[in-house]
Amino acid sequence: MNAIVVKNLEKTYKVYQKNEGVFASVKGLWRRDYKTVHAVSDVSFTIGQGEIVAFLGPNGAGKTTTLKLLSGLIFPSAGSATVLGHVPWKRENEYRRRFSLVMGQKNQLWWDLPAQESFRLHKEIYRIDPQEYTRRIDELTSLLEVRHLIGQPVRELSLGERMRMELIAALLHRPDVLLLDEPTIGLDVVSQRRVQEFLKYYQIEQKTTVVLTSHYMKDVEALCKRAVIINQGSIKHDGPLSDILDRFSNYKIMDVQFDGDDMPRDFSQWGEVIENEAPRVKLKVPRNKIPEILSSLLSKYRILDVGVQERPLEEVIAEVFTEHKKESDHARDAKSELQSTTD
Amino acid sequence: MIANLRTNWIILKTSVEERLVYRGDFIFATLVRFLPIVTQIFLWGAIYGIYTSSPVGSIKGYNYKEMVAYYLLVMVGRAFSSMPGLSNGIANDVRDGTIKKYLVQPIDMLGYLFWARVAHKLVYYLVAIGPFILVFYLCREYFTSLPDAFTITACILSLLMAFLVGFLIESLIGLIAFWFLEVSSLIFIYMMLNYFLSGHMIPLDLFPEPLSYWMQLLPFKYLAYFPGAVFLGKYTNEELIFELAIEVVWIAVLFALNRIAFHRGTKRYSAFGG
Repeated sequence: MNAIVVKNLEKTYKVYQKNEGVFASVKGLWRRDYKTVHAVSDVSFTIGQGEIVAFLGPNGAGKTTTLKLLSGLIFPSAGSATVLGHVPWKRENEYRRRFSLVMGQKNQLWWDLPAQESFRLHKEIYRIDPQEYTRRIDELTSLLEVRHLIGQPVRELSLGERMRMELIAALLHRPDVLLLDEPTIGLDVVSQRRVQEFLKYYQIEQKTTVVLTSHYMKDVEALCKRAVIINQGSIKHDGPLSDILDRFSNYKIMDVQFDGDDMPRDFSQWGEVIENEAPRVKLKVPRNKIPEILSSLLSKYRILDVGVQERPLEEVIAEVFTEHKKESDHARDAKSELQSTTD
Repeated sequence: MIANLRTNWIILKTSVEERLVYRGDFIFATLVRFLPIVTQIFLWGAIYGIYTSSPVGSIKGYNYKEMVAYYLLVMVGRAFSSMPGLSNGIANDVRDGTIKKYLVQPIDMLGYLFWARVAHKLVYYLVAIGPFILVFYLCREYFTSLPDAFTITACILSLLMAFLVGFLIESLIGLIAFWFLEVSSLIFIYMMLNYFLSGHMIPLDLFPEPLSYWMQLLPFKYLAYFPGAVFLGKYTNEELIFELAIEVVWIAVLFALNRIAFHRGTKRYSAFGG
């Protein structure tokens, strides 16, 4: 069963272009130049029920726009999408009772009141059975370790505590689909981990379909098996997280511990030195040359220990983004050159 | 239906609790509200020349005592019809994206704001009732005669509807933020117009004809002038029923405009912003 089906989704915005300077501002009063921005172009994917998928991409890649489309906040310019069989932007109550959107930078709770007041309001808005409500509050507050805080005004809570309260509010009505936009943004490492662990546990228990965007690769690695890489509005990769490394990373990290001074002065024939703390050296080596390099090293030097690791996912993905950027920059340069020659 | 009522009740209760958080600020604001009445008493005393040997008897049907009573009544009317922060609140919600909350949850934003506002008003009356009674007691000499039961009923109805008219006009202005993100200057213009179109500044029948006539065709008079004029017995019973009926029509029209603006606005928001 598919929970989310998205076909050829597109969203373009018109953005007012303001040139620099006072004169341009005055000119903008009667004449405005608009630029069309393709926030999302031709995006298609399906997400199965109970799946947990990460959307990765740099700022402005179109991740949040996709989540906004799925939650019905905005209409697409073209294409179609259904979530749980509903078209999100029709905003039917029936659909709105079955999903939740959590934005790490937006507040849903009443600022001046204790979180429990907001929860009670949610209980009414989502028509949650009173007994069920008490049970869920109990469960969620103890899982997230905030039970003692629900009587305190939200404005007095720390960011991490507030985020956990936001999550409780979002999960009270037990949504079938949970959309998370940067749920751990700005949180310290401990809070981040707690939120990750909670989401993982909760997702397995409830089999909720989760779509998550995040800048923190740690979130993604902890939670998701599948990742969709989106950049400049279109999908660059959709598949298992582990495939990203195979597909985009041609290198691995080799960690070699030599015995004393018996080690080469120059490593350039094997790979690039990342760290040299003699007698221990970290090398970035081509993926397909590892057996060769190993045997070459072992035959010439005494080696105490060797480890081969994947490169950090974060690094690899950053590389993917910059490469795509270069490619599209090239394409744009080529295009503008073409235009200038035809002019 | 029952479930909806329950939801509204909880919205109301939660808003009351939220309001009470800032009770200090609230009580202070309430007290300050009564200061202008002192000015009015002296101003109109001077205009009617009551401190001189030859005071003016009446101006356009208002004698001095009635005039002061009018301003006291306008205060009551405005306690129902003024909606501090409503337009701005909606505009800010649109601008900073808080409106997403209402679009994502199975809830009607205007209904929600309405019940929250009812709560604000209830809390306000709870705090203000004391000072109001005190001021009216001190100014009791300005009320020479009490109106009959029919007029009092009409007056109460007009106050309740003043709340609705005030809410609907201000929410409509707030919803304009869907088209123009910055509405604070618009709100300022509205406040200035409201000041004299509603009769807050002077009773509407003090304006020269035909200005007075046209002003009375607008819905703004229901915000302050109308409840006061009703209490002072400026309308016959037939006129009262007619006026109240017109007010109901205005409420229906404003309600429809709100719905249309909200529908179109969210549609626009979804197409352009988000």
